[in-house]
Amino acid sequence: MTKEEILAKLPYGKDFLFVGDLLSISENGITGTYTFDESLPFYQSHFKDFPITPAVILTETMAQIGLVCLGIFLTAETEVVKGIGVAMTSSSVDFLKPVYPGTKVLVNSEKIYFRFNKLSCRVIMKDESGDTVCKGTISGMLTMNSNE
Amino acid sequence: MNKNDILAGLKEIITPYTEEKTALEHITEDTDFITDLKINSANLVDIVLDIEEKFDIAIDNDSMAKMLNVKATLEIIAQKQAENAG
Repeated sequence: MTKEEILAKLPYGKDFLFVGDLLSISENGITGTYTFDESLPFYQSHFKDFPITPAVILTETMAQIGLVCLGIFLTAETEVVKGIGVAMTSSSVDFLKPVYPGTKVLVNSEKIYFRFNKLSCRVIMKDESGDTVCKGTISGMLTMNSNE
Repeated sequence: MNKNDILAGLKEIITPYTEEKTALEHITEDTDFITDLKINSANLVDIVLDIEEKFDIAIDNDSMAKMLNVKATLEIIAQKQAENAG
């Protein structure tokens, strides 16, 4: 499965899509990037006169690249799968450094296990300086819609 | 390993995944993981992975689908252990 095919299967609309490019993907993990455009609407309110990327958006970005894109890849071989949904079921993330508007981040996710439709990953986000901005463990249940 | 030993081991595994301490304290074969212990499907997967490790057995997808209450889980653990011994 190519990165274009994975990106095409993402279920998000443009206002809530936090996947830019996918650099590498395998059975064991995925690496991707995303640039936080300065015009993203939440910067106007988080915070007033002091824009900074909300932690919840950083978590979502880690999940979209690290969990959802990897989940799409891991289930690509299943012929009956028509559409895939991923429900985040737990996240435990430490935040180390603020992410300002315009920053391009690199997300690396390593599969811990994928069993009984549960995907659990160890995910790290780094900024352009190579500094870790957040890291943690994110898990989700993959729900598959069959053709039948 | 008799049924009470398996139940004691199972209770220990479940403890970190439920806030329903009263229901856990009074765990019986009739206890349901979802309705009584309020455990979600994601944590059920973790419980099954812990069961595999503790009892040294492998759980397949069909067995996993049945492990929604204590009774079915005890039966599957005993059955898989018997298969290992055989």
